Amino acid sequence: MIRLAVLFLLVALPAKAEEVVAGMSQNRVQITTNFDGSEILIFGAVKRETPLPDGPPLQVIITVEGPSSPLTIRRKNKRFGIWINSAAVEVDEAPSFYAVSTSAPWRDTIKDIEDLRHKISIDRAIRAVGLERRDAGDFVAALIRIRRGEDAYFNDFGGVTVSEETLFRASIKLPANLTEGDYITRFFLTRGGEVIDTHQSVIDVRKVGLEQFLFNLSRQQPLIYGIMSLTIAIIAGWLASAIFRWIRI
Amino acid sequence: MQIYLPIAEVSVNAFLLLGLGGMVGVLSGMFGVGGGFLMTPLLFFIGIPPAVAVATEANQIVASSFSGVLAHFRRRTVDLKMGGVLLVGGLAGALLGVQVFNALKAIGQVDLLVRLCYVLFLGVIGSLMFVESLNALRKSRKGGSVPKRPHHTWVHKLPFKMKFRTSGLYISVIPPILVGILVGILAAIMGVGGGFIMVPAMIYILGMPTKVVIGTSLFQIIFVTGFTTLLHATTNFTVDVVLAVLLLIGGVIGAQIGTRLGARLQAEQLRILLALIVLVVCGKLAFDLLLMPSELYSVGAGGGHG
Repeated sequence: MIRLAVLFLLVALPAKAEEVVAGMSQNRVQITTNFDGSEILIFGAVKRETPLPDGPPLQVIITVEGPSSPLTIRRKNKRFGIWINSAAVEVDEAPSFYAVSTSAPWRDTIKDIEDLRHKISIDRAIRAVGLERRDAGDFVAALIRIRRGEDAYFNDFGGVTVSEETLFRASIKLPANLTEGDYITRFFLTRGGEVIDTHQSVIDVRKVGLEQFLFNLSRQQPLIYGIMSLTIAIIAGWLASAIFRWIRI
Repeated sequence: MQIYLPIAEVSVNAFLLLGLGGMVGVLSGMFGVGGGFLMTPLLFFIGIPPAVAVATEANQIVASSFSGVLAHFRRRTVDLKMGGVLLVGGLAGALLGVQVFNALKAIGQVDLLVRLCYVLFLGVIGSLMFVESLNALRKSRKGGSVPKRPHHTWVHKLPFKMKFRTSGLYISVIPPILVGILVGILAAIMGVGGGFIMVPAMIYILGMPTKVVIGTSLFQIIFVTGFTTLLHATTNFTVDVVLAVLLLIGGVIGAQIGTRLGARLQAEQLRILLALIVLVVCGKLAFDLLLMPSELYSVGAGGGHG
């Protein structure tokens, strides 16, 4: 009897019924000198041990989130006839990149309460803790607007293709001005707006080669980096003078 | 070809940078100016963060000044003693300038300061140059003589006099030190060599002979901008060596072309052209400050306690 009850529970729990199995075309992005953005193909399948459930169709949401950092958002006001930064709001943490890709229009994919719980949409993902100003919302809205303009934040509703309610794929375009770090990729399976399974993996974005060497040197050994820059400048200046003098003769 | 700049963390077209370097190089070769005051605003316009633009431009000026000063050393038109005195002021000024720069960066006003400095200096210098070259053009048409530089001014009444043999001067060290300080501050804040301030100051205030002015100012500029580069590299981490190298290649080639072009054109007409370019850049920067920006908000790195 107890066994039967457990079995019944297992079957009734939808979260166990369907699981995400995901993969990516690459889990590493290397920022080289000629780096000009990258397109990552994300694909996966839904593993299920039971037949396809009835009811609303399966939907998939994929988010990619870049490393977060504290930010200051400033607003200009007209003072003394010119436009001056006069108000500022600190945001504790905002991702440098945030992309949301869904398999259907937003309303059909997820309920607000689930979005609030999992912090999926752009608005929910950007945490603005400890904002004192009454109009702080305007500042955060401006941040989202600016980042959207730079293609650093974007929504791609309908960007995930689901076939046979089992296989799904999406491609996410990473812009050229990427910040280094771990890019967290989250997968959400939903039915009727309820999240039934989640999965997470990481894309490693690193500067490599010369880019990495110069960046690290400039942060860890700034004096040596500075002297190196000066030496390059002096040698280049001398070379230029020497070469053109030679050409003239 | 897009190229990713490791410190600025933006991807820009390498040929655009080479082209900009070349264009400014041509102008600097034609007019005998450093070109920093044109390059830094151009870097703002193509989206390089102002802090990186200022620091990197200082690094690039080291290269172009060094290339220029070698020719003057061969012609023995560098007053090392005067250069040394100007340098003392220059280093002090650079130190002060970087402090001001960092303090304003913390409260988010550095962009404004840099732009205001540019509008002010480009406006004043551009207007002066325009009026003076117009007058010179009118006089040369009439066949008048070039005005003689004054020989005894208030500069000669100050204490701490020193002999500057190459310049043939016996004057107080206070005015050159003050000029040096001013130029040092400008170098740190605006990312310029400061030749456009120093050259007129050396001729009109210090009364130095014109033939040693350019070489001496280049000599001083190398050290002040070199020092500024080091200060920015160690306190702000904003010197982008990849950007500097790209600008430098274009600049060096452009300067040689510009020198040849300059030799074929008339000096007064060149000066009017330069004055107009300076005024156009100034006007664009002033407009940006006066007109309501399309985006009132801006995003900067946080963590500052301002």
